[in-house]
Amino acid sequence: MSAPAPASNRAAGRAAPGAPPAPVNAERLRAQERAENALLAGLTVPGMLLIAALVLAPIGWLFWLSFRNPAGFTFDHYLRLLHPSYTLTLQTTFELSFLVTAICILLGYPVAYIIAQARPRMAAVLMMLVLFPVWTSLLVRCYAWLVLLQRRGLLNTWLTDMGLIDTPLRLMHNFTGTTIGMVHIMLPFMVLPLYGSMRAISSDYMLAASSLGASPAAAFRQVFVPLSLPGLVAGTIIVFVLCLGFYVTPALLGGGRVMMWSMQIERNVNYYSDWGAASALGVVLLVMTLGIMWLVGRIIGFNRIVGAR
Amino acid sequence: MRKVMAGVAALIGMAVGAGAPVAYAQQKTLTISSWGGAFQKAQKEAWFGLVEKELGVTIKEDNTSGIADMRAQVASGKPTWDLSTQGAYSCALLEKEGKLEKFDAATLAVTKDVPSNLRSDYWVSQIVYSVAIGWREKAFGGKKPTGWAAFWDTKNFPGQRSLRRTPIYNLEMALIADGVPMDKLYPLDVDRAFKKLEQVKPHVLVWWNSGAQSAQVLKDGEVDMVSAWNGRIQAIQSEPEGKAGKIGVTFDEQILVSDCWLIPKGAPNKELALKAIQIMMRPEVNARISLFINYAPSNGKSYDTGVIPKEKLAGLPNSPENVKKGFIQSVDWWVNNNDEMVKRFDAFLQK
Repeated sequence: MSAPAPASNRAAGRAAPGAPPAPVNAERLRAQERAENALLAGLTVPGMLLIAALVLAPIGWLFWLSFRNPAGFTFDHYLRLLHPSYTLTLQTTFELSFLVTAICILLGYPVAYIIAQARPRMAAVLMMLVLFPVWTSLLVRCYAWLVLLQRRGLLNTWLTDMGLIDTPLRLMHNFTGTTIGMVHIMLPFMVLPLYGSMRAISSDYMLAASSLGASPAAAFRQVFVPLSLPGLVAGTIIVFVLCLGFYVTPALLGGGRVMMWSMQIERNVNYYSDWGAASALGVVLLVMTLGIMWLVGRIIGFNRIVGAR
Repeated sequence: MRKVMAGVAALIGMAVGAGAPVAYAQQKTLTISSWGGAFQKAQKEAWFGLVEKELGVTIKEDNTSGIADMRAQVASGKPTWDLSTQGAYSCALLEKEGKLEKFDAATLAVTKDVPSNLRSDYWVSQIVYSVAIGWREKAFGGKKPTGWAAFWDTKNFPGQRSLRRTPIYNLEMALIADGVPMDKLYPLDVDRAFKKLEQVKPHVLVWWNSGAQSAQVLKDGEVDMVSAWNGRIQAIQSEPEGKAGKIGVTFDEQILVSDCWLIPKGAPNKELALKAIQIMMRPEVNARISLFINYAPSNGKSYDTGVIPKEKLAGLPNSPENVKKGFIQSVDWWVNNNDEMVKRFDAFLQK
C-alpha cells in the first residue's frame, strides 16, 4: 500500500495541469547535491573526531576532575582559590595581560599602518622584521632581555657610562621586566591581524572621504579606524588570551615575584601531584577567558571578531 | 580455524615455558633513578660499580625530576624503580603518604650511623649539602658576612640579595637573623619569621627558582649576596672570574639538608635494593661520593675512614670542622607545615 504511493504522487505531480514542467534531471541533480554534501560532511569527520578527542574530551575530563577528591564530589578545589595566594595571582595575571595588550595596541597599530601603506617591497622588508622574532626561540629572547636590561646589563652600563643615571634602573626581575619581555613576544600577534584588515581597506574610501570635505585626520578617524576594527579586535583577543596563559617569560624575567595563574597550575601538578586542584585552576581560567570573549562579542558583535559579515 | 588457535596457544605455551628458566638464569637487574647529570655520574662511579660487583647484578639507570615521578611510579601499582634518589623533604612526605617500603633490620643496622634526623625506617640520607651564604667580595670591601644576621644587615652589607622562592630555608634564616639560637628553632615561630622576612624583602632583587639561577645572578653581579646551595656557590668560585669578581662563601649558620635513598612501595626487587643500600651506606663506600663531586657523605663515620683527602675537607659542609657551624633542617616540621607555609609565602611575595 505504502510503496506505490510516492510513485503515483510523482506521476500525479508531473501530470498536474498548469504547473511548469520540472526540469528533466532535477531529481538527479538534487541527488547529486545530497551526495556531495554527504561527502563534504564526511571529509570533516576526521577533523571533528580529532577535535572531540583532543580538545573536548580532555576539557570535559578536566572539568570532572576539578570536582573530585578521593572521597567523591567536592568544591574544595575551588574554595581553596579564595586564599590571597591565589586571588593575588589572578589579579596579577589580569593586570599584566591588560597592560601588555594595551601597549601592544599602542605600538602595533602604527606599525601595521606603516606596513599597510608602504610600497610592496618595503612592506615585505618591514613584515620580515616583524616576523623575524617569531622564528627565534622564546627562551633565547627572554635571556636576551635579561642580558640587556639587568643591573649590570648593556642598557644600564651604557646609561651609567654616559652619565645619564647614577644608580642602575630596575628594569628586570619585576613587573616592568616581565611587561617588556611579553610585549616583545606578543607584538607580532597584534600586527599581523591588524595588517590583514588594513590591507583590505581600499584607498578609494579615503579619497572619497577627502573629496567630501573630510580633513585627513577626520578621514582616518571616521573611515579608516572603523574599517580596521575587525583586525584590531582579533589582535586584541589573541594577545590577551595568550597573555593569560603565559608562563616562561614571567618565570624568567619576573624575579620570582610576578606570579601567573599558569605557574600555580604547574606547581599544583609538579609539587603536589594534585590534579584536581590544577584542573580547578584550569577551569577558572577557561571560564574567565570565555566570559571575556562573550562580553566582547556582546559589545562589538561576534561576527566582527571572526571577521565574517 | 580451531587448529590455528590451538597452534597459537601451543606456541604461547612454549614461549612461556621456555622463557621462564632463561629469565631466572639471567643476571638480575636493579633499576635506580636519580637526578641525572654530573651527580648521577658521580653516583655511578662512586657506588653503582661496587654494588654491581658485590651483588652480581646489572644496574639500570633512570632519571627522576622529583616527587611527582615517585608518586606516579607507586600509583601505577607496578613501579619499575627499585631505588630512587629524592630530596629528604620528599622522602619524609612520601613516607607520610605510605608510598615507601620499610627497611629491614640489616639495613637499619648500617644506617644507624647517619644522624637521626637524616633518616627514618623508610629512607636514609645518602649525601649532605647545605644552604650557605655566597657574596661578591668587592661589594663589602673585604668584610665577611658571618651568618644570617649579616644577610639581613643592609647597613653594613649594602646591596641586592637573592633568596630561594620557597618558604623552606627562608623561615629558618629569618628566625636566626632575629636572634633565635640554631638549636631552638623548631617548632618554627612562623609569625616572627614572616615579620623578619618583611625587613629583607625590599632588598631581595631575585627570588630564585632553580639552583642554576641562584648561581647566575651572583656570577653576573646582578646581586651581591645569595643564600644558595653550597655546591652552586663553590662551582662559581672554581670558574674564571665573571663580572662579579671574586666570590666568597661561608658555612656559618648553614642549614644542612640532604638527598636520600628510598624504595618505592611494590618495587620489583626490594630485597636487592635493600642490599644495595647496605653496601652504599657503609662509611668507606658512602665517603667515596666526595671523590667524584663536591657533595658530602651522610654517614657520620665516613670522615673517620680516611677515604676523603684532607684538602677536600674544608669545602664539605659536614666535615668535622664545618658541621658545628650549622644545624640540620627538620624535615618533620616541614612535612606537616609546608602546604600552609607555601600559601602564606606566596601571598607575602605578591603583596
